[in-house]
Amino acid sequence: MAGAASEMKAAIAVTRFGLGARPGEIETALADPERWLEDQIALSDGGSALSETTLTGQRMEALRRYQADQVQIQKSGQGAEQVSEQLRTLRRNIQSATAMDFIERARLATATPHGFRERWSLFWSNHFTVSAVKLSTALLCGPYEKEAIRPHMFGRFEDLLTAAIQHPAMLLYLDQTGSVGPGSPAAIRLRNRTRAAREAGLNENLAREVLELHTVGVDGGYLQKDVTEFARSLTGWTVGSAESPDRAGQFTFRPSTHEPGVRTIMGRRYAESGLDQGLGVLRDLSAHPATARRLCFKLAQHFVSETPPQDLVGRLTDAWIRSNGDLARLARTLIRSPAAWRSGAEKLKTPYEWLVSSYRAIDRQPTTYGQIAPTLTALGQRPFYPPSPEGWPDEAAYWAAPDAIIKRMAWAERFSAAVASRLEPVAIARSSLGARMSSLTAKTIARAESRSEALALLLMSPEFQRR
Amino acid sequence: MSSIEVSRRALLGGMAGMGIAFLGRAEAAGASLAGRKLVIVICRGGMDGLAVSPPLGSPDYAALRGAIAFAPEEVLALDGEFGLHPSLTGFRALVSNGQARILPALASPDRARSHFEAQDVLESGASTAYGAETGWLNRTLQALAPGRVVEALSVGATAPLILRGPAVSGSWSPGGKASVSSRLPGLLMDLYAGDSVLGPALAQGLETELMAASARAAASSSVAMAGTSVGEVRRGTTEATTLGRTVAGFMVQPGGPDLVAVSAEGYDTHANQGRVTGALSVRLAYLDGLIEGLRLGLGRTWSKTVVVCVTEFGRTARVNGTRGTDHGTASTALLAGGALKPGGIIGDWPGLGAAALFEGRDLRPTVDSRSLFKGLLLDHLGIERKLLDRQVFPDSTSAAPLTGLV
Repeated sequence: MAGAASEMKAAIAVTRFGLGARPGEIETALADPERWLEDQIALSDGGSALSETTLTGQRMEALRRYQADQVQIQKSGQGAEQVSEQLRTLRRNIQSATAMDFIERARLATATPHGFRERWSLFWSNHFTVSAVKLSTALLCGPYEKEAIRPHMFGRFEDLLTAAIQHPAMLLYLDQTGSVGPGSPAAIRLRNRTRAAREAGLNENLAREVLELHTVGVDGGYLQKDVTEFARSLTGWTVGSAESPDRAGQFTFRPSTHEPGVRTIMGRRYAESGLDQGLGVLRDLSAHPATARRLCFKLAQHFVSETPPQDLVGRLTDAWIRSNGDLARLARTLIRSPAAWRSGAEKLKTPYEWLVSSYRAIDRQPTTYGQIAPTLTALGQRPFYPPSPEGWPDEAAYWAAPDAIIKRMAWAERFSAAVASRLEPVAIARSSLGARMSSLTAKTIARAESRSEALALLLMSPEFQRR
Repeated sequence: MSSIEVSRRALLGGMAGMGIAFLGRAEAAGASLAGRKLVIVICRGGMDGLAVSPPLGSPDYAALRGAIAFAPEEVLALDGEFGLHPSLTGFRALVSNGQARILPALASPDRARSHFEAQDVLESGASTAYGAETGWLNRTLQALAPGRVVEALSVGATAPLILRGPAVSGSWSPGGKASVSSRLPGLLMDLYAGDSVLGPALAQGLETELMAASARAAASSSVAMAGTSVGEVRRGTTEATTLGRTVAGFMVQPGGPDLVAVSAEGYDTHANQGRVTGALSVRLAYLDGLIEGLRLGLGRTWSKTVVVCVTEFGRTARVNGTRGTDHGTASTALLAGGALKPGGIIGDWPGLGAAALFEGRDLRPTVDSRSLFKGLLLDHLGIERKLLDRQVFPDSTSAAPLTGLV
């Protein structure tokens, strides 16, 4: 017989570190909750079975065909109505790929026995945000997570950073593909030909966000000139065009658009070395103590509290610096830190986490995109569509706008009305919250006037809304 | 309408004891703002002021802007120096009636060119990033609260920083429908009694739903979405107008909100920002539609209203290599409303000459965003100077209120 303390621990393991309990899951974790979590530190489900960026290559090819078809239809000489109908169909077809990627991920999340692994993937995908604001990035959000994030999320941070930054999804999202060194051979050629006086080519978006969001942070000690210098070192990093068959639709370094010369970034000199110049900057940013401090704080904030305990952040930062950013070591340190297990669930679930945990509680999976996407959009978390390169916010105040809570309640009512008739809500409450359930919540659910009302109360209870 | 009355009674019945705390403003004593309204529209992403109000009279304009420079015949004429973006037709008409003005070189005190820092400073009202946990509109509510009945509302599914804080405000976005007649809200209010986030949020949400139900009777609502084709843009603009009318519908109800914050997204134009058409023109058409909807929906209240559209920073004076612009400093603010005094541009125009540019790349700010906001809060809402300097905008004595706008 396990004691009350270990029952609480098992419930925390599955709900705070994982994606919510499926029936029986808290019991499985009960024997050794830390071990149950550590066993999930491995790469497998959800990654791409295909090598490198095959999936991305296929999507980029599909995009190229789509654009060619668009031109064909417009030139076909049919009536305006027919043309727009065909264009609509074409667009619907290509957009269905994004919807399929999303529902595939949601089905994995609702069924996986490795909830912690899935949360780890969500954290890093959100840290290195790519948003479906453009058709090209919409087609690549799914492949990006499989190809750049999941294969590296328990490896070295530097490798994860490099894979994320070099992925076509990121290069396109942050406008890197069109950034051209003003002194590069290509820019000089263009100037001579057109005598255009524009200051050719630099786009500093990616460089700025790598510094501000992905690594050292806005207080990391860089200035505007460092951003510009970094942007210069990244010129030439782009996506291969259809004309270069071996790298089409994949990361490629194009020397002709690279700004030649030595770069100085945050006090360090980087010799001219083509692709290696930018890689050298990423290496130093990965090893920068500000990166370690900032990301460990963010991680503790994500898993434990908006104001995370100092000793937890300190332990994580130590582990990061000593292991030079070994993310598996970081995950183990989080799991083995007593401060991460403190009682009281402080974090409000994001809409996605909440929906996924609701399905997990009743051991079901969504089957179509349309089942979950409109709800997520209404709750402020449109699928694959974070509002900015900073990703989805992590504070309760952002998600708990009065309007959003009303909509959560409305969804809980509809969902429960649809599924509750053959369920046992009291048992589900016990299996999904375990020892975390308060006696008031247990009593309120037990006294509900219908199964549907009981289930809705469970899904809206503070213990279920938080983790 | 009788059905709404029925659900209001059902709600109050279901939440006896809890209801009074958040519906308490009906009991509060004191004068209201005499119908004066303030709407803050936050254009997120860094709106390119030099495209919103192109300074065609500046000798350096065409060279700096290159591929994205407007030709004189493409813009709506404003004065000898400035044109207006062709999407802003409604706004231009308001200028003719003396009900709209531009402020061409506004910036917050932040200079980091980071979206997140700059939005934080713009909305928190602090002098540095992360200098305040709450938003300045929320602190405005607190400053007004002692003697007055004031309500605030944010529009959007998530709560923007500008309205966050201890004073209770509502939030609403199109499409929400809750069945307030069920037992669920009442039972949940009991479960949320100890939850400092979920409790107040649910309580405020339920109240707003009741207001929404009656506002919907005046204007049927739908969600504004980004579109690119001509048809989609027109539909998006119509929906933005409808959104404006619906929000106005809230504002004119008895006890409706006096302070409103609206978030408008999609202004981060690093590549292919376009001119007469293109990404930015679509966003500005929506913005124009929103203002028009507010004017139509507010009716007589428009004469007591000021609408201010601001952004976290402007963009580089020069076009970049991808026919867009990167993060910059000062930008244009748009002011509209029947309460405005007629006049020309607000604040000084620094010009675009090489020496005038901030750090050699951005439009130089001449007006601090806090000065603009403080001027409006002082003249329009009657908040004391000392509260403005210390409480609403902490440590802001140096940013003197920009008075005389209303």
